[in-house]
Amino acid sequence: MTPLLNVRDLTKAYGGRIGCADVSFSLYPGEVLGIVGESGSGKSTLLNCLAGHLPPDTGEVIFDTRADGPRDVLQMSEPERRMLGRTDWAFVHQNPRDGLRMRVSAGGNVGERLMAVGARHYGEIREQALDWLDRVEIAGERVDDRPAAFSGGMQQRLQIARNLVTGPRLIFMDEPTGGLDVSVQARLLDLLRGLVRQMGLSAIVVTHDLAVVRLLADRLMVMKDGHVIETGLTDQVLDDPQAPYTQLLVSSVLQV
Amino acid sequence: MTDQAYNFAYLDEQTKRMIRRAILKGVAVPGYQVPFASREMPMPYGWGTGGVQVSAACLTPDDTLKVIDQGADDTTNAVSIRKFFEKTAEVAVTEKTSEASVIQTRHRIPEEPLTEDQILVYQVPIPEPLRFLEPSEVETRKMHSLEEYGLMYVKLYEDISRHGEIATAYAYPVKVEDRYVMDPSPIPKFDNPKMESAALQLFGAGREQRIYAVPPYTKVVSLDFEDHPFDPSKAPHPCALCGAEDSYLDEVITDDRGGRMFVCSDTDFCAGRRAAGFTGEMTNTRPAPVDTEAMA
Repeated sequence: MTPLLNVRDLTKAYGGRIGCADVSFSLYPGEVLGIVGESGSGKSTLLNCLAGHLPPDTGEVIFDTRADGPRDVLQMSEPERRMLGRTDWAFVHQNPRDGLRMRVSAGGNVGERLMAVGARHYGEIREQALDWLDRVEIAGERVDDRPAAFSGGMQQRLQIARNLVTGPRLIFMDEPTGGLDVSVQARLLDLLRGLVRQMGLSAIVVTHDLAVVRLLADRLMVMKDGHVIETGLTDQVLDDPQAPYTQLLVSSVLQV
Repeated sequence: MTDQAYNFAYLDEQTKRMIRRAILKGVAVPGYQVPFASREMPMPYGWGTGGVQVSAACLTPDDTLKVIDQGADDTTNAVSIRKFFEKTAEVAVTEKTSEASVIQTRHRIPEEPLTEDQILVYQVPIPEPLRFLEPSEVETRKMHSLEEYGLMYVKLYEDISRHGEIATAYAYPVKVEDRYVMDPSPIPKFDNPKMESAALQLFGAGREQRIYAVPPYTKVVSLDFEDHPFDPSKAPHPCALCGAEDSYLDEVITDDRGGRMFVCSDTDFCAGRRAAGFTGEMTNTRPAPVDTEAMA
């Protein structure tokens, strides 16, 4: 089986400081990979390098494209990479304000990616927007409201709908439940789990919340000081942590 | 008489050369916004500083200049720009569209079809059609260079979802020669089809420091959706003075009791038709005298 994403020796330094160093992993179709670690451990740097938001210093990010098979994303021309960013890839930001157009209606937000890849029929765009609002449990009557009028949880669900409307195969998520209260988090996780299974999505989820990866991720990567210090199946890593830092991380979770 | 304190057409020759280079580049890449070093002009930004600089770079002593503002030759902006070039360039001026070789315009394209011997210069306030959707200039330039125009359709989508139709009535975005999306300056969308013209069309934005161009016979398509096609609408009336059915109309409030009339916004076109004997329903009427007793 060809991995969907194959990362080799990815390194990014900020001057003398390490962002992330020598990161290698493979992600297979339908798999969800969690990346955990404390603040400043390089999780977000890694995610942004993978998603093409930051240029890494060295390494390869090989993505199995629909048309041409495995290709190094970093060697692609910018138009190709941006095209990938709005068709086969999706990026869910921690803060929905970064991922949504706050002055554009919910329907326009969902429709943007469709229009960006050439949809020019208003009726069809609107129909798809309504369908996706329904799938992320936002009432159809809110389709013309701006995201500013939505609650935090609704904004995050709208961001997910906006990203998934073009049927991507790989979704990057940066703290998707950060800043939401626990009951809203639970519903969002439920929704994400359903969509990932239904659409056969592969996902890379960056978070510091171990409960989130326990629910979502098949495999786990633990990062510290820019390096990957432990990898394995999620349950294995969380129930039997090997590295001292992972043991500390797991035992630091507050028990309710 | 030309005031000898000024160089011909106010700007110095080096500046005019710089502007002409930008114009040539604009003509070579239709619809592309060419940056240029806009100069301070003796008028405020927003009064046509970009158009004046382009006109100054185009004018020769043999030219005949016409200036219109909202279609009219006799509005403040038009009169002062015309006087400016009469004084600094001593060129002939006219109000007749057919006699002009250079026409500077704000907000309209003349009704009378232009010819290959004419240059139409537009005053542009905001040249970037994506500006209100994407605030970053770095990003909008990238979107132009990569031809990523999905966002422009988001604006039209928003119009339809909010108003039931594409409510953008002026500065309606167009795609030039199947490549660049361009803001045609705040002309009514009624004028958009006229941009496929025999004349050279130049656009100057002084404050934003951009020049762009539509060469003669260039393909100019107004953006739309398949199920909401472009509609160059106008007020559904004939002109009250000349009876024209196919010209763009201004609505003029005539009293404080709801009285109004619709007249051609292109004053030269309307006057020409009236001189040729066409009449409208209010050609020979006068406004009713103001009832001062009722007001008191």
